[in-house]
Amino acid sequence: MKHKAFFLLASVMLMLVSGCANVKPWQREHLADYTMRGDRDPLGQQQIEHIWFSREEANGGSGVGGGGCGCN
Amino acid sequence: MNTSLLKKFTAAALLAGTFFTAQAALKVGDALPDLASFQLAGKLPDNLKGKVVIVDFWASWCLPCAKSFPVLDELQKKYGDRLVVLAVNIDEKAANMQKFLASHTVSFTVVRDAQQKLVAVAEPATMPTSFLLDGEGRVRFLHNGFHGEDTRKEYITEIESLLK
Repeated sequence: MKHKAFFLLASVMLMLVSGCANVKPWQREHLADYTMRGDRDPLGQQQIEHIWFSREEANGGSGVGGGGCGCN
Repeated sequence: MNTSLLKKFTAAALLAGTFFTAQAALKVGDALPDLASFQLAGKLPDNLKGKVVIVDFWASWCLPCAKSFPVLDELQKKYGDRLVVLAVNIDEKAANMQKFLASHTVSFTVVRDAQQKLVAVAEPATMPTSFLLDGEGRVRFLHNGFHGEDTRKEYITEIESLLK
């Protein structure tokens, strides 16, 4: 019973891990696209930050990684 | 839990991890593989033997690549026949490369690694990455990225040392 549970858990974990993609530096063409930039709409970003500040009385912490060409 | 079973499973997972992460990467001291075997689009230089060669991997979507082009062009013109600058484009679409080249006129050789076979072997750490080869076709210097005047000075120092 314990073995079955272990292999079931291991199988689920392997399936989840297989969803991770390692994007090579030369495969970042789509990530480098302008539409992938988180700061492409400065006004919209300011509005979001204003709402965040009004609700939470806190600033910052909104930056995330992801897009970009990752050059240099 | 059966500990021997756990050990076997862990060992298998580590082995699998090693297998999937171990990849060929061109590094200093390695010989450049035969370029003719990678079906690169464009005409390769006839003979690289005895010449200093810069193999530069670039893409149209890479801003530092665009900044590096005038410097590579300057080097090609400065050293003439003694240096071969070979720019390998890795864009998915040829049209993107053509559009880029229309606005960045260069005198050096540009080929396209359409199937991304050569770049998968060289495995550059970032874009752009350039490999400086000696007359025997061995990688002697490696540049990750392009950092303006600093990289330009390094290129000149390295080329001069290889031409001696």
